[in-house]
Amino acid sequence: MDNLLSIITFIPAIAAAILAIFLRGEDAAAQRNAKWVALIATTLTFVISLFVLAGFDPADTGFQFVEERDWLLGLKYKLGVDGISVLFVMLTTFIMPLTIAASWNVTTRVKEYMIAFLILETLMLGVFVALDMVLFYLFFEAGLIPMFLIIGIWGGKQRIYAAFKFFLYTFLGSVLMLVAMVAMYAEAGTTDIPTLLNHQFGSESFNLLGIHIVGGMQTLMFLAFFASFAVKMPMWPVHTWLPDAHVQAPTAGSVVLAAILLKMGGYGFLRFSLPMFPVGAEVLTPLVFWMSAIAIVYTSLVALAQEDMKKLIAYSSVAHMGFVTMGIFAANQQGVDGAIFQMISHGFISGALFLCVGVIYDRMHTREIDAYGGLVNRMPAYALVFMLFTMANVGLPGTSGFIGEFLTLVGVFQVNTWIAAVAATGVIFSACYALWLYRRVVFGGLIKESLKSISDMTRREKAIFAPLVAMTLLLGVYPSLVTDIIGPSVGNLISNYETALAEAHAANQVAATSH
Amino acid sequence: MQADLSVIVPEIVIAVYAMAALVLTAYTGKDRMAGMLVWLTAGLFLALSIWIGIGGDGARVAFGGMFHDDAFARFAKITILLSAAAVLVMGQEYMARRNILKFEYPLLIALAAVGMMMMVSAGDLMALYMGLELQSLALYVVASLRRDSARSTEAGLKYFVLGALSSGLLLYGASLTYGYAGSTLFADIITAAEGQAPVGLLFGLVFVMSGLAFKVSAVPFHMWTPDVYEGAPTPVTAFFATAPKVAAMALLARVVHDAFGNVVGDWSQVIAVLSLLSMFLGGIAAIGQTDIKRLMAYSSIAHMGYALMGLAAGTAFGVQAMLIYMAIYVTMNVGTFAFILSMERDGQPVTEIASLNLYSRAYPARALAMLVLLFSLAGVPPLLGFFGKLYVLRAAYEGGLVWLAVAGVIASVIGAFYYLRIVYYMYFGQEREPLETGRSPVIWSLLMASAAIMLVGIINMFGVEGMAQAAAATLVQ
Repeated sequence: MDNLLSIITFIPAIAAAILAIFLRGEDAAAQRNAKWVALIATTLTFVISLFVLAGFDPADTGFQFVEERDWLLGLKYKLGVDGISVLFVMLTTFIMPLTIAASWNVTTRVKEYMIAFLILETLMLGVFVALDMVLFYLFFEAGLIPMFLIIGIWGGKQRIYAAFKFFLYTFLGSVLMLVAMVAMYAEAGTTDIPTLLNHQFGSESFNLLGIHIVGGMQTLMFLAFFASFAVKMPMWPVHTWLPDAHVQAPTAGSVVLAAILLKMGGYGFLRFSLPMFPVGAEVLTPLVFWMSAIAIVYTSLVALAQEDMKKLIAYSSVAHMGFVTMGIFAANQQGVDGAIFQMISHGFISGALFLCVGVIYDRMHTREIDAYGGLVNRMPAYALVFMLFTMANVGLPGTSGFIGEFLTLVGVFQVNTWIAAVAATGVIFSACYALWLYRRVVFGGLIKESLKSISDMTRREKAIFAPLVAMTLLLGVYPSLVTDIIGPSVGNLISNYETALAEAHAANQVAATSH
Repeated sequence: MQADLSVIVPEIVIAVYAMAALVLTAYTGKDRMAGMLVWLTAGLFLALSIWIGIGGDGARVAFGGMFHDDAFARFAKITILLSAAAVLVMGQEYMARRNILKFEYPLLIALAAVGMMMMVSAGDLMALYMGLELQSLALYVVASLRRDSARSTEAGLKYFVLGALSSGLLLYGASLTYGYAGSTLFADIITAAEGQAPVGLLFGLVFVMSGLAFKVSAVPFHMWTPDVYEGAPTPVTAFFATAPKVAAMALLARVVHDAFGNVVGDWSQVIAVLSLLSMFLGGIAAIGQTDIKRLMAYSSIAHMGYALMGLAAGTAFGVQAMLIYMAIYVTMNVGTFAFILSMERDGQPVTEIASLNLYSRAYPARALAMLVLLFSLAGVPPLLGFFGKLYVLRAAYEGGLVWLAVAGVIASVIGAFYYLRIVYYMYFGQEREPLETGRSPVIWSLLMASAAIMLVGIINMFGVEGMAQAAAATLVQ
């Protein structure tokens, strides 16, 4: 089958269309049907995506499963995966059935809810498989629409503010990327990503409005893309939309946001910023490093002060994404491997943590840390699961969280020792806030009257956590499952990056001496 | 002579039809026939647009160069006729129920259509003015169609006074152009403007462009738009927002390329400034609106800014981008106004945005269609509106107007806010006294069709891309 990627991308959308057209009514039966259709469609997508993984040849650093068709404006409908994107596809298809299952208790506008999530899955998968720049942008941006609705319709009290902030923040970030894409199209004459990866954009410094721009076009384009990916990631100081969005979104929305949507930023850096604008990336690497280091320390400290569990985990996500950006821009094998590993593992861990919050939120309808305490007495299974993911979040060896943080730190250490040192302190802070959260929620006496009758996890909830627990431990003890797949592609990316830099430097030197 | 006449057969057909129908209705049923006439006129528009579409290729010139029939004119005419037909039929039921469906309405629209068709075919300043005035006079009357409403008459009067002012500017510019070029024919003006154009000619150009900017409601010539949109009956507003905008934009493209194609640098900067101002003012001023018709007025100002961005590039691709943008724009507006027409409570039209509170719960299908249209208007992918923006952005970038492209995308974020605000009312609001939707199947199907086009059109844009390219190629050599 040569259109496997189209199939997995559009199965959820087709299921959404079926729900929209054929399902009528708001009664219990209709709600149950909507949930089952969504669950079956997402599970089917996951099963089919396993064929992609099985048929994927890690040794081949090019794009595989490529399909191509002509489209408007000289653009192409072109899909394909390489070692970098294939695992993000797998992460998405893996997480989505779990989020649907986690939404089993939703009762308001169930049909629309499921449609929104199914459409969102199509768009997220599209981002990771698109091999045409504009097609990528299309999927990347379109994801805002369902997420805006998910936060706005099914969110908490401040949902309107959060939804608008989420939409406008990320929209503003990405429109600049659109201009840069138009510029790239004009320069290179194509929007084909594999071709653009081998295109050298101009890197001769010039003056713009009296400002001397080192790295020229590449720096400007890098900044335009950076505006989009940094907001999406999110990096300090443009991360402020994330805590709001997380807190207000329904549990499943938070899971998708943390586990998958944030990874689009990191994926974008790897797909566009680093390989296409190597000179721009080199010029701005110190900036990215310091932004990452500040993010790690600052947001960890902010997380310490939070009283809302979701907000705390949201800030911890920002900190962990700091490791990712740091690893990516270290631009060596360990750094980039670690960044991708960290993104995959954070997908499982943060998703699971938000689900953990969801479990007790469903019972008590509050996310205040102070409202809990001593849960271990009534919910031993929950306490165990929560502890595992808390430890994974801290980066305890044996969990997948450790591998990612360690690799990125190793990568950065080779490039910039100071950044590595600052980031390493962030690991300590993360232990502080995570363990403190765990102590306040789970340990201590069960003194609160309202908690006396709280019940432990149901079989459905355990079933949702089981795959996440398995993946976190598996990747923690056997990380080459991931690194074997991404390794060759990352190696190729790094060597291309270095050659391109060397060429650009040589060319600019020649230009400078000839003047 | 006969050859000349054969070029303008579509215009003759509509003009003769309008006058014959006028005589007929004057002697017989008057307003009782209005409903039938609406459908007849729309049918005629549809038939003619098909005829123009499948009719001859190539360019023909009539009346010594005063009238052009080329791919550009045909593209614009088809867009105008189709959108006019759609707007006519969707307003029919609305007007009939409120007793404002006069037999003059479809006939005035038909006459306006003749004017618009002349505008887009004009090859001479006289022909331009004739077409423009025929269109405008018909529209002044239509704006005040609701004679017993102070707001509607005010709208008509405002439109008339400011429209007359703009015609004056245009005429003054035309006379200057004539004075310095020695001819009113575009083909002669372009040779007179070759190389270093005389300053008087450029003055003429600027005045002509100001007059036309009035018609496309580009800032700073936009002041009439919100009041007229708000005051005129909604079906008339829908008409104002669609066909005349296409005609005026096409006319502007024709003048600047056919008559002033040798001084691209001189007009391109003027259009770039108009575009910049329109995008920002349209975006910012719409934020505070509570009336959806006023909001759509500012929205259309902003959209004209984007279309002008394509034109400002001064290239064939720019014209193509502008044509595609306008085609998408009218499709979106037909759908949006179909939705606005359906908003009512106890049979009375409602235009308060706040009245849409939780509309999506009562009418999920309609709300979803409107959602698609709103995101498309905001230019969010994957909807067709995004591709319109992509075309003009690319045209602007390639025309060297990077600053305009950057400003345009920033304005589009501001614009996204007010479209989102409508989504917010429809989907997140509190439930209040529910809105009704009327029962017109025509409105429902136009709303759904327009939303479906926004979704499905991204596959191949129904071939409009190629047609616009051919059209642009005939205009810009």
